[in-house]
Amino acid sequence: MSKPRMFLLVPIDANTVIAGAREVKNRFSLEIGKRGLAGEAKVIETGSFGPADAGVVVAVQPDGVVYGRLAPDDVPRIVEEHLVKGRPYVERILPGEKPPPPPESEDARHTQLHGRVVLDNCGRIDPDSIEEYIANDGYFALGQALTAMTPAQVIEEVKASGLRGRGGAGFPTGLKWSFCAPVKAREKYVICNADEGEPGTFKDRLIMEGDPHKVLEGMAICAYAIGATRGYVYIRGEYAISIERMQRAIDAARAKGLLGRNIFGRGFNFDIEIRKGAGAYVCGEETALIESMEGKRGLPRLKPPFPAQSGFRGMPTNVNNVETLANVPAIIRRGAAWFKSLGTAGTPGTKVYTILGHINRPGLIEVPAGVTLREIIEEYGGGMQSGSFHMAQLGGTAGDILGREMLDVPLDYDALQKVGHSLGSGAILIMNESVNVRDFLHACLKFFHHESCGRCGPCRNGLHVLRDITGRLKDGKAYKDDPGLMQEVALALKSSAFCPLGQSPAAPIMSAWRYFKDDILSGVDSNAARPRMARSLRADLSAAI
Amino acid sequence: MSIAEIVEKHGNDRENLLQILHDLQDCSGDHSLHHDAMVQLSRIMNLTVADIVGTASFYSMFSLRPRGRHVIRLCESPPCYIKGSENILLALEKRLGVSVGGTTGDGLFTLETTSCLGVCGVAPAMMIDETVYGNLTEEKVNGIIDGLVKAA
Repeated sequence: MSKPRMFLLVPIDANTVIAGAREVKNRFSLEIGKRGLAGEAKVIETGSFGPADAGVVVAVQPDGVVYGRLAPDDVPRIVEEHLVKGRPYVERILPGEKPPPPPESEDARHTQLHGRVVLDNCGRIDPDSIEEYIANDGYFALGQALTAMTPAQVIEEVKASGLRGRGGAGFPTGLKWSFCAPVKAREKYVICNADEGEPGTFKDRLIMEGDPHKVLEGMAICAYAIGATRGYVYIRGEYAISIERMQRAIDAARAKGLLGRNIFGRGFNFDIEIRKGAGAYVCGEETALIESMEGKRGLPRLKPPFPAQSGFRGMPTNVNNVETLANVPAIIRRGAAWFKSLGTAGTPGTKVYTILGHINRPGLIEVPAGVTLREIIEEYGGGMQSGSFHMAQLGGTAGDILGREMLDVPLDYDALQKVGHSLGSGAILIMNESVNVRDFLHACLKFFHHESCGRCGPCRNGLHVLRDITGRLKDGKAYKDDPGLMQEVALALKSSAFCPLGQSPAAPIMSAWRYFKDDILSGVDSNAARPRMARSLRADLSAAI
Repeated sequence: MSIAEIVEKHGNDRENLLQILHDLQDCSGDHSLHHDAMVQLSRIMNLTVADIVGTASFYSMFSLRPRGRHVIRLCESPPCYIKGSENILLALEKRLGVSVGGTTGDGLFTLETTSCLGVCGVAPAMMIDETVYGNLTEEKVNGIIDGLVKAA
């Protein structure tokens, strides 16, 4: 069969499926067949390579053209104009998008695609094809680790790379592995935390949908390093496409002997199963996730013991985020020194973000750590869609709200910590002045209130109080002492709640107060008097927490 | 699938309870976990009914009350909120004549809210059964509901 000279890369992910990507893809196959171009042009179903609000997207390579907002009826025109006559159909070209290189081009393999490490295959290869993953150096790192490195060397390499956990907390990954490795046990586990519930964050979903084998390879390398024999991917129940693609990837890897017994003939046994979540934000916390995997209510456990000593089924368990694990194969293949050459000293490597809100090009991006908010809005987000920058929330609903003053701070764990902020999970929500900070805070607190698991008093009661206060502030009916009480309760939660869920509402509240104090105070009605009942409630609450 | 078959498929272990409940709900015909089914399950799995109900009620994807033929889940997370999800909720409530948690008289729709669906690029968004709809407006919502009513 002749080698295709053109590739049509069609991202099929939750965002494009809504817009009808499957219909467009089928129409392309049909039209290409009709014209007898089947040997020349190949339609490939891929994961997302970035755009999230551009309707159905199709990249044509090697021409470097990206079409957006396509309907099935545009397809005959594009086939006629572009594929037959070689003239791109300009009416549907998406401006400002860089397409991924074609899947079989040699130069793409060893050059960095837009500086991408985690997403280098996303949007380029067919996620259901293990052959395409392998052709792009897939499972090379696993082979290298198994045949040429000891487990201790693998851990050292990851430690030396400075990789930090991408789930939000930023804990050094190599160090985490080194806690679990020396523990002696009958069985150890690797868990991939794919319970991505942080509002505004969907990077893990797009990584799993675009390049599932990378996550599996990262898990297998981790398992070898810490001595685990079983792995689990805990995926949100709502992520139907991710669950399907990960399952197909596991089956394909098993069929090729890359999972299962005696991998690479080195006597290493490791297999992976999927566990489906059932809708609970708190299960993103690693011990709550483990409880949920054991079939129980997802209540966080008291630490210590940490999962590295006693986790799933009481055995040593290492839990890492999807993006963290997806960084591992490249670190093993290209070395810690290469990884450290990307990003900043405190946060080597890249960071995957979902950028959202009032910008022109919302979507998935991967940038070197240390890029500023202003650069993200202007260069990656295509500028503000309407109005001017008012505020941003960094890292999902549990993240800090930043004002204009913070536009030029480098986004890495250490630089942000110096100015009193944190990077969080990877969502960046950009807002113009149409959003009132009081309304927004109330939306955040309603979310936390709903998701509180109810295990500990501070979170259960405190979030109730905070939701009510922010509701009064939103309506302009707050009592005079509400702003003070709001901070008092938020800080009490930060110091006394059992797990990060209860501790984190302090982040949006205290940061909003820092930049938008006057806006918050404008929600106070100086004539409103707190009813007696509420005053005694406050006394009860202070006594309780 | 019968309850025994579902348990058989996943294995009769406590740690498979969530996976079993997912299947049980999918087979229920009204997107919910029936009390008598959980009683039967408790005997098969040797767990107390309270334990099973307690576990199920913790997770928002499980419902202990019967739901309509189509379950509408409107995202109320902050990214959708700033793009106007509150107005969409009002539009849905007006169109269906029920508030959040309610089921229409004809048993066709149950209206719920959900936390982030992970399609924030097309906010505001909602999910009806397994299908996600984005960039919602009042007209679009009414159109979607009309389509489902007609198909019923």
